[in-house]
Amino acid sequence: MKIGVLALQGAFREHVAMLRGLGVDAVEVRLPEELRAVDGLIIPGGESTTIGKIATQYGLTEPIRELAAQGKPVWGTCAGMIVLAKDVGMRQPLVGVMDVTVKRNAFGRQVDSFETDLNIPAIQNGDPTPFHAIFIRAPLMETVGKNVQVLATLEDGTIVAARQGNLLATSFHPELTQDGRFHKYFLAMSQN
Amino acid sequence: MEKKTGTWAVKVGLAQMLKGGVIMDVTNAEQAKIAEDAGACAVMALERVPADIRKQGGVARMSDPQIILEIMDAVTLPVMAKARIGHFVEAQLLEALGVDYVDESEVLTPADEEHHIDKNQFNIPFVCGCRNLGEALRRISEGAAMIRTKGEAGTGDVVEAVRHARSVLGEIRRLQNMRPEELYHTAKELQAPYELVREVAETGKLPVVNFAAGGIATPADAALMMQLGVEGVFVGSGIFKSSDPAKRAKAIVLATTHFNDPKILADVSRGLGEPMSGIAVRGMAEAEQLAVRGW
Repeated sequence: MKIGVLALQGAFREHVAMLRGLGVDAVEVRLPEELRAVDGLIIPGGESTTIGKIATQYGLTEPIRELAAQGKPVWGTCAGMIVLAKDVGMRQPLVGVMDVTVKRNAFGRQVDSFETDLNIPAIQNGDPTPFHAIFIRAPLMETVGKNVQVLATLEDGTIVAARQGNLLATSFHPELTQDGRFHKYFLAMSQN
Repeated sequence: MEKKTGTWAVKVGLAQMLKGGVIMDVTNAEQAKIAEDAGACAVMALERVPADIRKQGGVARMSDPQIILEIMDAVTLPVMAKARIGHFVEAQLLEALGVDYVDESEVLTPADEEHHIDKNQFNIPFVCGCRNLGEALRRISEGAAMIRTKGEAGTGDVVEAVRHARSVLGEIRRLQNMRPEELYHTAKELQAPYELVREVAETGKLPVVNFAAGGIATPADAALMMQLGVEGVFVGSGIFKSSDPAKRAKAIVLATTHFNDPKILADVSRGLGEPMSGIAVRGMAEAEQLAVRGW
């Protein structure tokens, strides 16, 4: 199994390192032809406007939509979640395949960036250890479609992780931690 | 469960999100929009770009908060702003304004010739310049969550950025080949905390993100710095002192992503108009050089 990590801008090396640590063949993807060989794709955190513009410039948005339509797993973390969303409340180039409405910079500016523990039953499998989540100028999901399963919320009910079939989105950054449980969950999606 | 803000992980984390990107100097909301449209990953809000600071002389200080607020309103990107070296009150103001990153910068006139800002006291993250590994690690121990190797800002001459990136990255490679007992002496030589020296020797990298800055004026300059091993670039005067800022800004963004692909680099470098005219650093008096500020 080979997983691509979109390497246009942002924290792509952290995802590659996490995947390789889990024994997975991970490759950086910058051009459309590099998508052909992958069995799944991660769109990392970074600046969503930057990632969206470069993806459009080099013709990556349509091949990513096709990858998603083929049922291959695609996961967006933070900026990647914005890129996957159908609606972000402003005009910006997007892949737009996931039936969620996203609010950008939803918690405020960098002074409001935070870390916290989350209980995420889908990845904990009965393990009582919560998942440590790092939110950096993070977006949140305001509404999700009826095909979307909410995986994690903050205490006030804010949706910060969700899955729609082969699509996965997180407001936070599992790649900035040493905890591989979210990546394992994503890899299991590729084996279904 | 408890939310913790201002932690080391979120400070370093924002810099990790900027990697592979271009941070552009802008002096007003209109330039900030041009930078965002070109694909910048953040903007640096300034009153004057370094080339003008250099030309006009006088004391260079933190920008007028009004300009910074207008730029913050104009774009969704992270906004950085500069404080003078050691001027912790300018940094307090920038934190109060809600900027996303403070650059404690040698481009402004230093306010303190002995002490840098105690950056650990702040909730917002700081980026600092360095010319060598010792300087980088001293800044990190003071709380800098991001490092940029210093170039000679406002010249359009990349030579100092290359010199300092090679110095930092070369010293890291040298540490990796040392025996453990040699690291104690090297820490003294570098005038840097032993724990940070040992960490760098073990991991082969700085504990924070490392960008290049100063004198980057072309897509090839940006790709050169990336191939040397930095994780992103700051471009100051190089964009808005060129003849076609929007086009050049976009080309530098694409060159930073595709830094290892000479065909794409050649393609994006075509027909960009005149780069900033520039000043060769060789031949400049040391008193005119900004990179030597800070210690």
